[in-house]
Amino acid sequence: MSIEVKGITKRFGDVTALNDVSVEVPSGSLVALLGPSGSGKTTLLRAIAGLETPDSGAIYFHDEDATDRPVRHRNVGFVFQHYALFRHMTIFDNIAFGLQVRKRPKEEVRERVHELLRLIQLEGVENRYPAQLSGGQRQRVALARALATRPKVLLLDEPFGALDAKVRKELRQWIRRLHDEIHVTSLFVTHDQEEALELADRVVLMHDGKVEQVGTPDEVYNHPATPFVVNFLGSVNIFHGRVRGDRLSLAAGLVADAPAHVSGEDRSVVAFVRPHDMDVDLTQKNGSSARARVKWVHPVGAVVKMELELLDDKKEIEVELTRERHETLRLSVGEIVYVTPKGLKVFVGTYSI
Amino acid sequence: MPSDPPTTEPALVRRTLIGTALLFLGLFLFLPLIAVFVHALEKGLDAYLSAVREPAALSAVRLTLLTAAVAVPLNTAFGVAAAWAIARFEFTGKRLLITLIDLPFAVSPVISGLIFVLLFGLQGLLGPWLADHDLKVIFAAPGIALATVFVTFPFVARELIPLMQAQGAEEEEAAVVLGASGWQTFFRITLPNVKWGLLYGVILCNARAMGEFGAVSVVSGHIRGMTNTVPLHVEILYNEYNFTAAFAVASLLTCLALVTLAVKSVLEKRKS
Repeated sequence: MSIEVKGITKRFGDVTALNDVSVEVPSGSLVALLGPSGSGKTTLLRAIAGLETPDSGAIYFHDEDATDRPVRHRNVGFVFQHYALFRHMTIFDNIAFGLQVRKRPKEEVRERVHELLRLIQLEGVENRYPAQLSGGQRQRVALARALATRPKVLLLDEPFGALDAKVRKELRQWIRRLHDEIHVTSLFVTHDQEEALELADRVVLMHDGKVEQVGTPDEVYNHPATPFVVNFLGSVNIFHGRVRGDRLSLAAGLVADAPAHVSGEDRSVVAFVRPHDMDVDLTQKNGSSARARVKWVHPVGAVVKMELELLDDKKEIEVELTRERHETLRLSVGEIVYVTPKGLKVFVGTYSI
Repeated sequence: MPSDPPTTEPALVRRTLIGTALLFLGLFLFLPLIAVFVHALEKGLDAYLSAVREPAALSAVRLTLLTAAVAVPLNTAFGVAAAWAIARFEFTGKRLLITLIDLPFAVSPVISGLIFVLLFGLQGLLGPWLADHDLKVIFAAPGIALATVFVTFPFVARELIPLMQAQGAEEEEAAVVLGASGWQTFFRITLPNVKWGLLYGVILCNARAMGEFGAVSVVSGHIRGMTNTVPLHVEILYNEYNFTAAFAVASLLTCLALVTLAVKSVLEKRKS
């Protein structure tokens, strides 16, 4: 079942949590709501579930207006950030709750619960209480409870937020496999860009109660629509500069061809470069590189991270080199190098973090 | 000689502190407690039983039970409703409501009683209307019940508010999303989660309802066999120099207190 959010606004006192937000979630897709805390992503998720009432706008489930439908009749599965398992009930009763309040026959409930316990690979825990399970297990029980009534929509609020890094990674892959198996339309909230890009079919980037960009992970990462999107999806170096005609001149004496969408009359621009899009050389290759001093090298991991200081304006930049490139250059702290940015993401106007 | 672990005080300090606490407890709690039973049984079991079985005493017990039977359910319902409203919703006047719940603790019980006399008494605000309709509130059982309800209404709410605030609304939201109705959510999620705290509040409320003296004394009129509760009856007997009977009836209240304490400590164990 598809979800369509049309122009939703929600205020809490003076704070506008959602400002005319529109989002489409195609049937059967796995979509991430990504943004910093306070961006309104959880409010949007709760509004879709019916736990918040929007001040204006509409929510459609499968082309049916569900804006005023009571929470209990929306038949959505909701996984809370801290799971919200019923602490006084056994795991069996937790998973069975949705079926029991619908007065399903006992035999059917038992079968469904055991089916779900198999699905979450937790057979044998049905008589335990939530407090007796680990975080990862509770998360899976919360998921099973949400899936018990076969909802058409699954909403997950920071589903991996409270787990340690290793469990989080395992669970992430497991959820992706599960989604490919059962194809329930799923929407999950996260502030972790890596999680969103790795897991989702589509990513909705939110900032200050507004949608910044919607797209596939590839689209949002490689073709960011706004400076916020570039900046949020991983570390980035920022250069301020000007465009004159089709020439782009940036701080520290860097020059490049201006991308078509910003070329034209004289105006100030801001350019973003990912650390792995910075070329480093020992000698000046052409006119468009800047001199910098190596300040710090961190050689652990698949890529070698380093911090450089531009000699021109003392600005610090981050650079990531492949291990091979690092072996060739053998840079050490204090050395003078030449850096050339590639893959500039250029936006008109000024921007500051 | 084994030396003290580094986190413990020297033995002398420990013994002094524990000794002081025990001495204080003994003097101010155990001694009076024992004294009640000693005086009650001073003239033998027969005198004790006849004092307890006397019609005026039995009537006092009946009225006390009736009062508690009115006040405790009312305040349980009120307490749960108020705690729910305060813990779950934001509304104007919330701070005022919290303050008002504490009011009966803040004012002297005598003043509480007086308020009802001023409201329902013959010269009171509603007095003439009540008299016209032949309704008797002051110097009658309804007044006693009203005063008791007023004095005991913080107990359940006070016990539940912090508990429900700490637990948050997530489990209830989860239940509603899963399709539970309001009543299903209340009986299957909200109530089970606060049941020990609720029972604890009910027991305290009951103990106070049965033991209340000040407010009830003002509205009761002390009519023997009619409007006397157990605490008032004890006072009358005592003022009549009928010490054995006074202590015998008082021992009933003391037993109630002991039972309350026992139940409370069991509940506290269950809560933790």
